Amino acid sequence: MTSAIRRQLALKATLALTTALALAPLTALAQTPKSGGTVHVVVQPEPPMLMQGLNQNGPTNMVAGNIYESLLRYDEKLTPIPSLAKSWEISADSKVYTFKLQEGVTWHDGKPFSADDVVFSLDKFLREVHPRWRPVANGQIEKIEKVDDLTVKITLKQPFGPLLLAMEAAGAPMIPKHIYDGTDYRANPANNTPIGTGPFKLKEWKKGSYIHLVKNESYWQKGKPHLDEVYWQIIPDAAARAVAYETGKIDVLTGGSVDVYDVARLSKLPNTCVTTKGWEMFAPHAWLTPNIARGGPLANKQFRQGMMYAIDREFGKDVVWGGLGKLPTGPISSKTKFYSADVPKYGYDVAKAKELVKASGYKGEPIKLLALPYGEVWSRWAEAIKQNLTDAGINVSIETTDVPGWTQKASNGDFDMTFNYLYQLGDPATGVARNYVSTNIIKGNPFGNQGAYINPEVDKLFADAAIAPTNEARQELYTKVQKIMAEEVPVLWQLEMDFPTIYRCNVKNLVTTAIGVNDGFRDAWKD
Amino acid sequence: MNLLHFLSGRLVKGILVLFAIAVLNFFLIRAAPGDPAQVLAGEAGAADAQLLEQLRARFGLDQPLTTQLWIYIKGYMTFDLGFSYRQQQPVLTLVLDRLPATLLLTGAAFVISLGLGVIMGALAARRAGRWSDSLITTLSLVFYATPLFWIALMSQIVFSLKFGLVPNVGYETIGANYTGLARALDIGHHLILPAMTLGLFFTALYARMMRASMLEVAGADFVKTARAKGLSPGIVSRRHVARNAILPVVTLAGLQAGQLVGGAVLTETVFAWPGIGRLMFDALVQRDYSVLLGVFFMSSAMVVGFNIITDLVYRIADPRIEATS
Repeated sequence: MTSAIRRQLALKATLALTTALALAPLTALAQTPKSGGTVHVVVQPEPPMLMQGLNQNGPTNMVAGNIYESLLRYDEKLTPIPSLAKSWEISADSKVYTFKLQEGVTWHDGKPFSADDVVFSLDKFLREVHPRWRPVANGQIEKIEKVDDLTVKITLKQPFGPLLLAMEAAGAPMIPKHIYDGTDYRANPANNTPIGTGPFKLKEWKKGSYIHLVKNESYWQKGKPHLDEVYWQIIPDAAARAVAYETGKIDVLTGGSVDVYDVARLSKLPNTCVTTKGWEMFAPHAWLTPNIARGGPLANKQFRQGMMYAIDREFGKDVVWGGLGKLPTGPISSKTKFYSADVPKYGYDVAKAKELVKASGYKGEPIKLLALPYGEVWSRWAEAIKQNLTDAGINVSIETTDVPGWTQKASNGDFDMTFNYLYQLGDPATGVARNYVSTNIIKGNPFGNQGAYINPEVDKLFADAAIAPTNEARQELYTKVQKIMAEEVPVLWQLEMDFPTIYRCNVKNLVTTAIGVNDGFRDAWKD
Repeated sequence: MNLLHFLSGRLVKGILVLFAIAVLNFFLIRAAPGDPAQVLAGEAGAADAQLLEQLRARFGLDQPLTTQLWIYIKGYMTFDLGFSYRQQQPVLTLVLDRLPATLLLTGAAFVISLGLGVIMGALAARRAGRWSDSLITTLSLVFYATPLFWIALMSQIVFSLKFGLVPNVGYETIGANYTGLARALDIGHHLILPAMTLGLFFTALYARMMRASMLEVAGADFVKTARAKGLSPGIVSRRHVARNAILPVVTLAGLQAGQLVGGAVLTETVFAWPGIGRLMFDALVQRDYSVLLGVFFMSSAMVVGFNIITDLVYRIADPRIEATS
């Protein structure tokens, strides 16, 4: 009983912090898409709501990404491509962005979409309620203006390279002004009947069973979507999801929806395709956060380096995670921009680990490792790491809790060392700096600098890099900061995670962008 | 002693118990770490102080605890179970939405296990010591000892995957849009695995209890008398032994019936059955207080209600109980 509940809890939670996605074979593009058909997809856990402006949970984004749209989409290299913005221009001083909107776009209720909606969304709605857009709007943007019905101008306080990457569907979804302006956003009854501009409309949400999306017949992109219906099925148990795929009930298993040890088996089934693409925007990065604020051995650089050598990260990847993913070298994922491999590296070397631990003056103080309650795979990982650290002479024990308990402990810095993993959001300025700059040592949520790492030089490099005028200048600063941090080990980077999407090969064009399935059904079709 | 007096006494006690449970639940839930706003923000992978503040205000968590308790109690006194801000729906709607699926599942399991269990137990007792008795006893021991989630998963692999006989998850065929009889049959088809799985454990309990109880009664003097006056073994077994042996089974059935609403978390989870057990479990991991309290309250009300009904059934099965109560 306990183990089934834990498994469910685990998967729920895994998906809660995660979102799922992948990239389709290019050969599919050569075929002519067929119209019609229904696709059954797994979504787990059940999203709390589908109003994407108010909620950006993984499952919400996965479903609502087909209902709502933002100005831009991104290819797998994270290059912006048009969505609701047809084209855009950046002024010579990199401070004024002018977006031209698509013509003939309507909301699902038939009202026209215009620059007024864009200004309302970016300047009022999202600034008020969206935790990721808010710092961009308040910190970087001077004004957002409507030029004419199809043109919007954003003026920045200073150049801000990541602006174009902040326009992802979940990061800045367009919200209908005629429904929300002047209301209490969170109490608006329309939150239950989401109205977007996207390729699919919400037909029915049978709580606990499925979410039914149907084709938006008046979608602005002529001829799309190709599919008539998408059913998002809610199946809480991972093993049952695998069986549902095998028996043909499900066509698409989104990333992370089956146990890692089931991936290889399912991949070998007939008419089954697997891809790890479609996660480039998120590039989930997993690590151990030592609580430096607690002082003691964890505040000692040599001790942290010793732990890096002590942990057999290759084993973690190959055995615990079934070979999925890649070992990281530092704070920035090799899948995103501004990664640099020119950093000190840590192989598995117990002798060296012992040496460093001894040199740090460690006297056997007990260290508690707060495991992440996201399922068996995380529990096993904690056990493997505990074993590694014990071999290097470190006195480690594992501390367990449930998801809300973990969130609270991690939020309040109530741990010695804990697992965490976070999305990189396409740009180090938004997805990486937050975990290491001293201005983000906060309580209340687990996504800041929870280990309380402080290095003024790192602070400055991140701050400068965010607003440096050119990509070359930014790269130079990020290369520098990666080198410093890899040496100081503010956190112990463990894995660049992969969440493969498993689907029937006759579902074509499922994963074509950097957010994969999250906006995948706009282009998908069924052969 | 008159029935009305008995009933009113039990009802008053029941209401007091429910009130105590409601207050206890409120504090128990608050004792768990984390709150719904933090969980919601935690799932999104991004949050700031302002978001948490907005969410806490929306959940009503910015009020003092005593105020929250008062709002909760006051609501329940007017049959208002509150509102789930996470799901943006009244708790009563959420619960009633899930109730039919759960009642269908637990009801089917109840009928299967009670029917099958009593028959198996009675058969085993009549053939005590023979191979058919050993078979039934062994089977019920296996059902009793095997973890439910394992049976659930294995039955999916065997009956859905290997033989393709029944669907492995869900309440009905999604997207098929059946109506009338076709829909009923479809739901019935989906019901087979979860109801059997859920029923097996109680089948084993009933069978074991019925067998033991029948063997005990079979040695009683009045059974010897019945035999001595020449009644056939079948009649002795049905009229004299079984009727007297059924009382402990009624007690057990009362317990199972009390769990009709809240007791199927695991089965519902593994079979993706859209019932109340899952609603409750999700609410627990999300710290969705209002939903959790609502489901707790409904389940406790069911338990209290079925305890009263069980006592009534005792009086019917064995009139002597009324005389002594």
